[in-house]
Amino acid sequence: MTHLRLDRVTAYYGHLQALQELSLEVDQGEILAVIGANGAGKSTLLSLISGEQAPREGRVFFDDIDITSLAPHQRVRKGIALVPEGRHLFGTLSVEDNLRSGASTRRRGTWDLDAVYELFPFIAARRKHRAAVLSGGEQQAVAIGRALMSNPSLLLLDEVSLGLAPVIIRDLYAALQRITAEGTTLLVVEQNITEALAAANYAICLLEGRVVLEGKPDTLSQRAISQAYFGHDLGPSSKAAS
Amino acid sequence: MIWLNAVVQGLLLGGLYAIFACGLSLMFGVMRLVNLAHGDIGVLAAYFSIILIEHLGGNPLWTFAAVVPVAALVGYFLQRFLFDRALDGGELSPLLVTFGLSIVIENLLQQTFGANDQSLNIGALSYQSWKIATDVYVGRLNVIIFVIAVIVIVGLQLFLSKTRTGLALRATADNRRAASLSGINPKRTRSIATAIALATVAIGGLFLAMRTSFAPTSGSSDLLFAFEAVIIGGLGNLWGTLIGGIALGIAQTVGSQINAADGILIGDLVFLAILAFRPQGLVGLKSEVAR
Repeated sequence: MTHLRLDRVTAYYGHLQALQELSLEVDQGEILAVIGANGAGKSTLLSLISGEQAPREGRVFFDDIDITSLAPHQRVRKGIALVPEGRHLFGTLSVEDNLRSGASTRRRGTWDLDAVYELFPFIAARRKHRAAVLSGGEQQAVAIGRALMSNPSLLLLDEVSLGLAPVIIRDLYAALQRITAEGTTLLVVEQNITEALAAANYAICLLEGRVVLEGKPDTLSQRAISQAYFGHDLGPSSKAAS
Repeated sequence: MIWLNAVVQGLLLGGLYAIFACGLSLMFGVMRLVNLAHGDIGVLAAYFSIILIEHLGGNPLWTFAAVVPVAALVGYFLQRFLFDRALDGGELSPLLVTFGLSIVIENLLQQTFGANDQSLNIGALSYQSWKIATDVYVGRLNVIIFVIAVIVIVGLQLFLSKTRTGLALRATADNRRAASLSGINPKRTRSIATAIALATVAIGGLFLAMRTSFAPTSGSSDLLFAFEAVIIGGLGNLWGTLIGGIALGIAQTVGSQINAADGILIGDLVFLAILAFRPQGLVGLKSEVAR
């Protein structure tokens, strides 16, 4: 069944058109990777789903209910949680209070403090620390944990791997696999294409606010991806041509 | 002994300042709104108490039970229907709106009650005292005010650290965007903060009216003292607000002891010195680890 559906949404980033009549469907349990260069419209797409921005045109449906006019906190209650780019932790609050604040919706499910600490054992030891003093990887784990505490059925991740060491990125992506095993639908926005495509079972590539390429990751060729990503061919043949 | 006396009186006065200041600090923390009508709302609460006594009689102490809940309720809806809209209007709107509200309250009070000084007569309690050392007497009312101030601060601190709503307030104060993305209702959180702020400033206003005389325009100086207490103690820290109130109170009473007319000036100088040399406040977080 269609879990999330965007119906011909148009949105602006300032005065620039960020998304043009974009339509998108995500099924329950799917892991969708959204890739694209800077300014392709990835973050705007997420803000339309999380409710931080309303589309100029078009509608957003969640479980076939029109949520276009719902505020972010109302969407969290419906089961949509966003891990924002840059993590946006509550730096002055303890790790545990950061996680608890994610549970303010009182949605029921498998995720609670114990489950999050089990998923990320390395933050359990730091539960009393202020979030601001944690390392980047620890902060990202807390940000994911905080989102999980609302027991989302759709988890949105914006640039999870940005600025983190490869070994930590691998750990985080391993954790994402366990999260989807609980039936959670995942929408991953990444510039780190390799990790995102390896984890996803469907991928779309945005360019200038449109979907220019989509399909199962293993059916997409490197060349097709780089063409879609940059908007022109970067292969040796195009160099020769230019 | 006169110096000890000045310090003790200042300490007790500081409790009153802390009651005034904690709501101001809370509102600024949660929504970055500086409520310039904060002091006037305290004075308004005192006039409300006067009306209740005129019509129903009795000792003004009972009016706490009526004035404080009403103030909380007014705060909730004031936020929803006025301050929230002002916050949507950019940086300057909240200042203009609360400044306007301050003027409206002051003029409305002058229109209704005249410019004369008033006070709440609480009978013998206003002059009874305890002797704590040779030549050092503390007014019973002042001690009660101080104890209530500590209870208010401790209670508020417990509320913030132990309850779900308190966590929502702290999270919102730290990062508004992340709070709403975590499912915290920003409107409700702001309304609760303002309800608490108005309830506490109503307590402060009533105590002030029992302690000294007041007039429709008293709110402005109350606001100034509350500001100073918040800054001296350190923003976003309730213990700091209590310490800041006490520091300001002691500075004023010791200053008055040096020269009777200079008390408030000395308080202002302490405030300026803190701003210049320790802008994070006496109990404030070090800037490099703060948000």
